[in-house]
Amino acid sequence: MPVLTATNLSCQKQDRCLFSALDLSVETGELVHLTGPNGAGKTSLLRILVGLSQPDTGQVILTSDNRLPVLYLGHKLALNKHLTAIENLTFWLQLHQPYLTSTLANLLTCSTSMSDYLYQILARFSLVGLEDVPVGHLSAGQQRRVSLARTQLVEAALWVLDEPYTSLDVAGVAFIQAQVDAFVERGGAVLMTSHQPLQSRLKVRNVVLEYQL
Amino acid sequence: MNGPLWSIFKRDWTLAMRQKSEFVQPLIFFVLVITLFPIGVGPGLEILQKIGPGVIWVAGILSALLGMEKLFRDDFNDGFLEQVQLSGVSLSAAMFIKVFCHWLLFIVPLVVVSPLLALFLNLTMAMYWALLATLLLGTPILSLVGAIAVALTVGLQRGGILLSLILIPVFIPLLIFATSVVDAAVFGLNYWPQLAIIGAMLSATVAVTPFAMSYAIKVSHH
Repeated sequence: MPVLTATNLSCQKQDRCLFSALDLSVETGELVHLTGPNGAGKTSLLRILVGLSQPDTGQVILTSDNRLPVLYLGHKLALNKHLTAIENLTFWLQLHQPYLTSTLANLLTCSTSMSDYLYQILARFSLVGLEDVPVGHLSAGQQRRVSLARTQLVEAALWVLDEPYTSLDVAGVAFIQAQVDAFVERGGAVLMTSHQPLQSRLKVRNVVLEYQL
Repeated sequence: MNGPLWSIFKRDWTLAMRQKSEFVQPLIFFVLVITLFPIGVGPGLEILQKIGPGVIWVAGILSALLGMEKLFRDDFNDGFLEQVQLSGVSLSAAMFIKVFCHWLLFIVPLVVVSPLLALFLNLTMAMYWALLATLLLGTPILSLVGAIAVALTVGLQRGGILLSLILIPVFIPLLIFATSVVDAAVFGLNYWPQLAIIGAMLSATVAVTPFAMSYAIKVSHH
């Protein structure tokens, strides 16, 4: 079943055509790796696919059952530097109430058990002891981990990750890749960009975006 | 009380409490300007009474502008508004809640200290009640119309000056009606028509601005 179908997309920025007549479809259980040189339009394409920008031509259809159609984690981490990791995640998950994982949905009424659960998730992301520190005091890699911890909070049909490995250490990259693989295996779809080849144990479909003059 | 919109309100409230100096700043500016006026103009009671309502309103508009620029800036820059847009929660409703929270934290304190300042400017009781009515009806218009301009300029570097230039002409009609209410109150005249016009302006802004704000943010994201 396709979770994302894009037909005949084109996009122009500053009088340069980034891509034109681009068709892309992502199926459930598929891991798609979007590659291309800097400035090729990867981020612009992802933003169009998730619906944050409008393409110049073409259309994007996101299909999903009752899961969140798309979880987009981009260059902007959507973390407020004055709030702690727990607070950032709590406010974020309250925004996504209809799509929470079943464990979290049951915990929603009880704020102490919910923050206990968030502590466990942050511990898995190697953030023990940093849960109550304002996010502005964390390192870039740690902030990235807090942002990526969102993948464990909601049931989504498709993850769109824009350079998720930026500023992560080697162990972090392996851990996130394991989460991505596990998600794909249980029926999710992932579309991600990264300048390094993916160390995935699954079959990766590569989509290359050429730099166009 | 656990819905997505309530969580946006709680988030903004928590953030404001972490950065108290930010919302105290407009209040201090407001009090300073109005305290300095009687000293600068001299202690002529009649002159103060004549200029009082205008001074309070002008100081109110300027202090509202002072805190306005930060309304969506952080949430836009760190990508929180993108997440709201993708979460399925109505962006218009979410932004309306943010403006409401901003109004409560930045503008309502100005209204709360206004009785003291009315005393500085020798306003009579009748004038004060009229002024209070215009402040309560008029300041939400400042916040809502201001929020559209903020949403439009949030993607720009140094949008602050542009923001003031866009907003000042828009606020002039409001200022005219608000001061005319108080002028009418001086002579004990009926000022309901002017108040009704401000009320109509408020209803129109409440109806239209949420959509304009969310459209402006989507354009800024583009």
